[in-house]
Amino acid sequence: MSETSHVGDLQLQLRASPHLKAPDSTPTIMWNVVGSLVPVVAAATWFFGPSALLVIGAAIAGAVLTERAFGQAGSLGDGSAAITGLLLGLTLPPGVSLWIAFVGGAFGIGFGKLVFGGLGQNVFNPALLGRAFLQAAFPAAMTTWPAATTEWAQLRGDNFAFPFTTSSVDAVTEATPLGLMKFESTSTDPWSLMIGATGGSLGETAGLLILVCGGYLAVRNYLNWRIPVSILLTVALFSGLLFALDSTRFASPLFALFSGGLILGAMYMATDMVTSPVTNAGAWIFGAGIGILVILIRTWGGLPEGVMYAILLMNALVPFINRATQPTPYGSPGRAPKPGTREAEA
Amino acid sequence: MHARLSFRHGVHPPEHKELTAGVPVRRMPYPEEIVLPLRQHTGKPARPLVEPGDRVERGDKIGEADGFVSVPIHASSAGTVKEIGLWPHPDGSMAEAIRITVDTFSPQIPRPRIIPHWDGLTPDQVVKAVQRAGVVGLGGAAFPTHVKLLPPDDVAVDTLIVNGAECEPYLTTDHRVMTEYPERVQFGIRIMMHTLGVQRAIIGVEKNKPDAIEALRGTLPDDLDVAVQGLTVKYPQGYEKMLIHALTGRDVPPGKLPMHIGVVVQNVASLACIAEVFETGLPLIERVVTVTGPGLRKPSNLIVPVGAKIRDVLEFCGGLADEATEIVFGGPMMGGSQPDLDAPIIKSTTGIVVLTRKESRPRRTYPCIKCGHCLDACPVFLNPSLLGILAQAGRFEEMEEADLATCMLCGCCSYVCPSNIPLSQMFALAKAGAQRRKQQAA
Repeated sequence: MSETSHVGDLQLQLRASPHLKAPDSTPTIMWNVVGSLVPVVAAATWFFGPSALLVIGAAIAGAVLTERAFGQAGSLGDGSAAITGLLLGLTLPPGVSLWIAFVGGAFGIGFGKLVFGGLGQNVFNPALLGRAFLQAAFPAAMTTWPAATTEWAQLRGDNFAFPFTTSSVDAVTEATPLGLMKFESTSTDPWSLMIGATGGSLGETAGLLILVCGGYLAVRNYLNWRIPVSILLTVALFSGLLFALDSTRFASPLFALFSGGLILGAMYMATDMVTSPVTNAGAWIFGAGIGILVILIRTWGGLPEGVMYAILLMNALVPFINRATQPTPYGSPGRAPKPGTREAEA
Repeated sequence: MHARLSFRHGVHPPEHKELTAGVPVRRMPYPEEIVLPLRQHTGKPARPLVEPGDRVERGDKIGEADGFVSVPIHASSAGTVKEIGLWPHPDGSMAEAIRITVDTFSPQIPRPRIIPHWDGLTPDQVVKAVQRAGVVGLGGAAFPTHVKLLPPDDVAVDTLIVNGAECEPYLTTDHRVMTEYPERVQFGIRIMMHTLGVQRAIIGVEKNKPDAIEALRGTLPDDLDVAVQGLTVKYPQGYEKMLIHALTGRDVPPGKLPMHIGVVVQNVASLACIAEVFETGLPLIERVVTVTGPGLRKPSNLIVPVGAKIRDVLEFCGGLADEATEIVFGGPMMGGSQPDLDAPIIKSTTGIVVLTRKESRPRRTYPCIKCGHCLDACPVFLNPSLLGILAQAGRFEEMEEADLATCMLCGCCSYVCPSNIPLSQMFALAKAGAQRRKQQAA
């Protein structure tokens, strides 16, 4: 949008107003999201050893290489492909084969984003779409949760398995807290859940840490805080209601909040700007919908975890939520001052 | 002070008013040539009254108002009419203008004139006097002031709102007028209240100008209900609709004017100008202009004769710094880039801001990521994200359904957009297109 005009030696720029610009750009936002996840990756590595870095790296490689191969020139710089790969990697089990993680990243970018037209055009969160694909294609690999090992450096599964071979390692497995809850009605100590010292996907276990990292993004206005607040409040209220009705059958609210992928999903997946509502009123509705679906799936569905499907389902509703929550323009009858306020008295 | 006096949404661009906020107004010497476009106001351009070769004195009428929504043009300097023809206009176009070669040795004394006493005049007579003096809104819109002074009979105006918000970054024009000439502002308010027959006036000033607020409070009249209100510092606080909302809580319905909700808004500099008309009899031939920006050697507040060329004004302010890249007429949020240093200062020029590469560096544009920051910034509660997508798809009729007409082109959406989408620029084009379609249909 910039032209120049030459006046003697002087070269004057011609631009449309405004001539000032807020400092944040789309790549700034995206790379800040990536940067804010570094502590989460570190925690995953602390809990799950080198497997964590390998799996996350493979997922990022799948996403980034696909973007590079089929995306618009220079689109890697905006950082959105790296986020997709990173977030997908954080939702995978530690022992998954690297090629599966790679395929997930490639699918997420290819079919989750590029077929829609690239950045800003996709309906579904690409990382979750990648994960949904892996869940459908490799159900066993995606639900094998290795037990804690005594040695940190030991791989948590056959990460280097060749495609479509049976695992050569007989991994010792362990149930996740949600699995225990679902199939044995056993709860896990909430403190272990918050810290992340439990079985589960790589980056989903350290709930408190994810809250802090996402909080940073919220403070910088790089994510809409209304979405995680709405999701977590809804989950707390809904699960609290169930827990009050029958505390032997249903999980406690604290367990519901910090188990599975809820915190990561609420902070990082549901807040994906492209696939969440553009209005603030819509953000509240969107979050509440996710919260309700999560508890419904976890409690009465066939799966122990429902965050992924809850977010994907609500992603599909975003255009309708946007339409229903359009702002009321200045001066229109709907904006009349409410009686009793300063504005009505004036 | 009661509840926070402001409006919802808006943005906080860096103000940079410190460059000139404390710099007293100086008078710029007369340049060698003055160029006076016949179109310096909203409405019909003036009709020229002089011929090349004519000798004019400072203050002489050289262009006649063409109809009610129009004002005359006056010579801002003694001299000789050189030419009447097309000349670069600050809006970027070529426009008909009267060029006057300044008489270097003239004492610049205007012809003797009768100064009517405002008190003895009927509202109609005041309106005529204001129109004759060529007074327009000096806040940037340049709407002929007298038009706002004659509300139709079915409209009851109860409040005069005085706009001293000056929310544009860098500009300190109104700031200096309020601080240095508070009595003149108060006198202008008195004339205006008399003419409109209103009992109440509120002066709104952003709180970043404490000296202006103090000066105005110190000169409040005893016999009139005039109040000074400090306002939250936020862009676009000085927009008519935002200001009315902040001070009265009233909103202007679509397609209506502020007078339909009982309010008339005047800029402080316009009021000082009206006061001058009734003090000296001189028409609007000079104005206070802030000449500033990181690309200028000596940022200043100047009294500039209308028609002085950018080139001469910049030279008087020490000239451009080496890193200057862009010259903006008006504030940086709403103003226009100048391609030509020969364009003159006109009645509506609030300032000249010289920017450097740091501010004007081209940035890459990305697709809309639906972050919603523009919705949080829009002071009139539109969905700029949606409007921008519709504009890019060429769906202009749908833009009108999405309340494009409410958009004031304040630029808040473009300012915050992280994808650097030129939203307000697209909206300006779409609005112009809508206007054309309406005219064709009629």
